[in-house]
Parts: sequence; structure tokens; C-alpha cells
Amino acid sequence: MKLNKILKNAFLVMVACLALSACATKKSTGQMQGDVYTGTDTVEYLASGVPDRVFFATNESVLTTASRDTLRKQAAWLRKNSKVTIVLEGHADERGTREYNLALGERRANAAKDYLMTYGISSDRISVLSYGKERPVDSGSNPLAWSKNRRSVTVKAN
Amino acid sequence: MKKIIFLFLFLILPNKVLALIEVDITRGNLNPLPIAVSPLSIDEQSKKSFDKLLKIKNIGSEISKVVENNLKTSGLFNPLNKDAFLQAPDIANLKPRFEDWSLIKAQALITGKVTIVEEKLRVEFRLWDVLAGKEMMALAFTTVPNNWRRVGHIITDKVYERLTGEKGYFDTRIIYVAEEGPKTRRIKKLAIMDQDGENNKFLTLGNELVLTPRFNPTSQMVTYLSYFRNLPRVYLLDIETGMQEVVGDFPGMTFAPRFSPDGKKIIMSFAKDGNSDIYTMDLENRIVEKITNHPSIDTSPSYSPDGKYICFNSDRSGYQQIYIMRSDGSKVKRISYGKGLYGTPVWSPRGDLIAFTKLHKGKFYIGVMRTDGSGERLLTENFYQEAPSWSPNGRVLIFYRETETDAKGKGFSAKLWSIDLTGYNERLVITPTDASDPSWSSLLSN
Repeated sequence: MKLNKILKNAFLVMVACLALSACATKKSTGQMQGDVYTGTDTVEYLASGVPDRVFFATNESVLTTASRDTLRKQAAWLRKNSKVTIVLEGHADERGTREYNLALGERRANAAKDYLMTYGISSDRISVLSYGKERPVDSGSNPLAWSKNRRSVTVKAN
Repeated sequence: MKKIIFLFLFLILPNKVLALIEVDITRGNLNPLPIAVSPLSIDEQSKKSFDKLLKIKNIGSEISKVVENNLKTSGLFNPLNKDAFLQAPDIANLKPRFEDWSLIKAQALITGKVTIVEEKLRVEFRLWDVLAGKEMMALAFTTVPNNWRRVGHIITDKVYERLTGEKGYFDTRIIYVAEEGPKTRRIKKLAIMDQDGENNKFLTLGNELVLTPRFNPTSQMVTYLSYFRNLPRVYLLDIETGMQEVVGDFPGMTFAPRFSPDGKKIIMSFAKDGNSDIYTMDLENRIVEKITNHPSIDTSPSYSPDGKYICFNSDRSGYQQIYIMRSDGSKVKRISYGKGLYGTPVWSPRGDLIAFTKLHKGKFYIGVMRTDGSGERLLTENFYQEAPSWSPNGRVLIFYRETETDAKGKGFSAKLWSIDLTGYNERLVITPTDASDPSWSSLLSN
């Protein structure tokens, strides 16, 4: 009986430990999935519930599930506000050559543009501007800072 | 027996006397040649005149300082301390006492004389082989007094050419991007300076972002990327007149411009709908030609010196690699096969090598490879560096390096560096502000 209790306690302690360690790992990667930024530190809003930016993996221009979700919200908002025109500003992190990053930023902004267009936003309302690595939001030299900088930001143009 | 000894001496002695000094440039700077740069002699009258004209007390010794500094930074020469010189500059220029100069271990000696002739600067100089006791070269120039630093550069070019057998790179300029302000909002201006970091001048005001200026190899024109009115486009700038114009009428971003070796075309990337391809524009008839046609990113094009080939950067394999093709876009061939990503290929002015930036395991390298991709050599490793540009003789590369910031995002800087093709003689190029994207001009005096 006593042994049972000890085992039970040990079990509880183990569960607690696991929960804690799970918490700890979650905390360290809490703002990134793979190397795509999933936090909200730098995000601004076009309207309530409409985030202005999407994030990318290193060297990638593929939209993640979260990015597509954000862009659908932007598309819905743009449909409601049909006079608004936008600039999609594409960016890269500092870990690449300047010229390649200009092309990569352009490719990322266009991935966002294409998705908005499939949700009914006319290309006449969208222009694209790549900044490459020239305009980071986070000046850090670490993977989290770089993940915040790999982005396409939707900016109201009028 | 006697006969043999006689023959032996005959073969050795003339050799020793005739063998003029030579500098081996194929190895590093392990044994820089000891050279004495005697201050150029000047008479009192000329000294006073130049002091009045240029506000420089002794123009003769100032010119020799330019020469001395150039020789030293080349890494191939070791200019000796002037305090040890025994012979006065004016007498040395007439007839050096070679014993005095070999006593301080000088193998070569530069002497000269400055005079004022009808308000102009006249400079003569001589290069002497101290060991052989011979004059190797004597030249004279006349120019406007304001050009006095250039005279120093031209003297260095002549000496360098005589002693190494290759053209120099001292009478040249470097165009670059001057940077200021926080990393998230950098202010960038085009700037130009002499190869030795003197005579810095801003060419734009910093109102718009400017990137990647490149010299026309045949004139004082520059092509660069400007975000004027938030439209990133390739521009042309005439350094002499300050005239600027946009290159071509493209419905999207143009970037990564460079001139063809004859200076008549611009080659660049044009990005549209998420795809970047390479185009050329003829500056005379403005005809635009599409060179690559591929859904991947094609950028950073650079011509071979004969204009027949183009090297460029593409991610058509999935990642950034270096490719070459004929100048009409045919026969595309990947040449980089090492581990890591490759970017910014630039063809050497000698034609035999391509310099590049490589990213591997979180480090950036500047390297060179042969034009078929073989013989890759990495010259320098750092946290971040890229964009090499060749000296006009193909011996030295200039590039820029950025520092890693600390946990708070502080401590960022961007600086120009140069390194010898051999991987030796890495040097910080001092600029008044932070700097990036350097491009080396051709020899001005050619």
C-alpha cells in the first residue's frame, strides 16, 4: 500500500517534470515553427483581426498554412474596402547576397500577391516592391531576428 | 680544371650582374621587397610656389609618401624607414651611392625631383636597382598642381609594372555605398574615393536608397540601383557631369547592373511576377535583349573580359549556384559544385578566374575558381561578407563585410576590405562612414 503511494507520488512528479520540460521546449521555439516566425511581436494590423504580414522559411517563398490564413483575412478585408490599393513589400534576412535577396523579396511578395488574386483581389489594386535585406525589422543577428525579417508586408497605398 | 672554373665563373658572374630585381607575385607577401623611397627633391623656389598654391609645405615628400603608402599596402614591397637614409634626395637623384643604400638593405630605390614650370607641376623620377647598381627606369610628367596625388599613383603604377611585370592598379578610384544610421533604417549614398581612401566625395544626397554601383570599364560612367520614388530601377550616372538617367522602360524592378567590357551595354536583372531574368540594353540604340528565360531567379550577371561569355547566379537547381553561358544566352552550364550556396560571380579582368561569395554552414567566404568551376580556393572566412570586385589588373579583390550584432541588436557595422588573390594581405579600407558594395575603376591614366 505504502509502496503504491510512493509509486503514485513518483508518477505525479514525473508528470510534472514532463509538463515542465514540455513547457520549456515550447517556450524556446514558441515563436518559430521550423524556421518560420509564428509570433506577433512585429505584426501590425490593417484592421481589427487582419494582420499585415506573412513570414517565410529560409530561402523559401512558399506560403505556410498560417500565411494563407492571414492572406484570406486580408482578401476579405480588401473586398469590403474596395477602394483600397496596396503595396506588397517583400523582404529577406541578412544571410544572403544583396542581389539574390532583392530577387527573393520580389518572389515572396508575388507569392502573397498570387494568393490574394485567387481570393478575388484584382492585380490592379496590388503593386509589389522588394527591399531584399535592406529594411530589417529586427536588427539582431540570430535565427529569431532573421525569421521576423523574412516577410511580405501588406501596406495600404492610398 | 682551370678551364672548368673559368667557364663556371663566366656563367655565374654575368648572370648576377644582369639579373635585375624582380618581384614574385604568384606567392604571397612573405618576402616583400625592401625598397627605399627617397623624398622627391625640390628647390626652395618651387617649394614656396606649391605651398602657396596647394597649402602643402613640401610637395616632394608628400608625393613620395603617396608612393610609399601604395607600395606598402600592395603587400609586395617593404618601404624602408626614411630616418636611415644616408644620401640627400637631390644628390641621390643625380647618382645614388649604391653602397649606402645596400647598407640599409634596400634592393630598389626611387628618387626624383619636383619643379614648378609655368604654374604646372613637373615631376621626374628614377627607379634604381641597388644590387646591380643600375637605373631601371626614368620618367617625367607635367600636370596641374591639384593632380599631385595622382602623380604619386602613376609613379607607383610604373614602378609596380617594372618590378612585377604586370600593370598596376594605383591610379584608380573606387565607387561604393556610404552607409549611416540604424540597421533597420540605413541611409545610403553613392560615394567615390581614390584607391588609397583619399579624396572621398558623396555623389548622392541619401534621399533614396541606392545600391550596387559599378564602373564602366571605359569611361567615367557608373550604373547602380536607386529606389527613387520607391521604384527600384537601374540608373546611369555620369560622374563628371552628375547627370542621371533611368536605364530602359521596364514595368518592374531592374537590378544587379554591370557594364559589358566595351562599356556599350548594360547587363542586369529584371524581376516581374516573382521571376528574375537577365537582360541587356545597348546604350547607343537602347535595344533591350532578353538573355535568360527560366522560371528561377537569374541574377548577378558579369561578362568575361572578351565579352563572349557571361557568368551569373541562378537557383534553377533549387539553390543559389554559379552558371556560365554564351553572351547570347545559349549553352548554359553550372560550374559551382562545392558544398554550400554560391553568389555574386565576377569574372576576372585577366579572364582566367571567377571570384564569388559562398555561404556554407553559417559562414560567408570570398573565393575564386577557374571558369570551368575547378580549382576553387577560399580566400577569407567571416560572419558576413560578399560582393568582391577586381582591381583592374586582377591581383586584388575589394569586398564588404558586416559585423554580427549582439543580443540587443547593437554593434552593427559595414566596412570595405581588400585581399590579395593569393589570400594574403587582407586589409581594412578606411572610409569616413560605414561602406558597402565597392566597385573598382579601370586605370585612369590608360
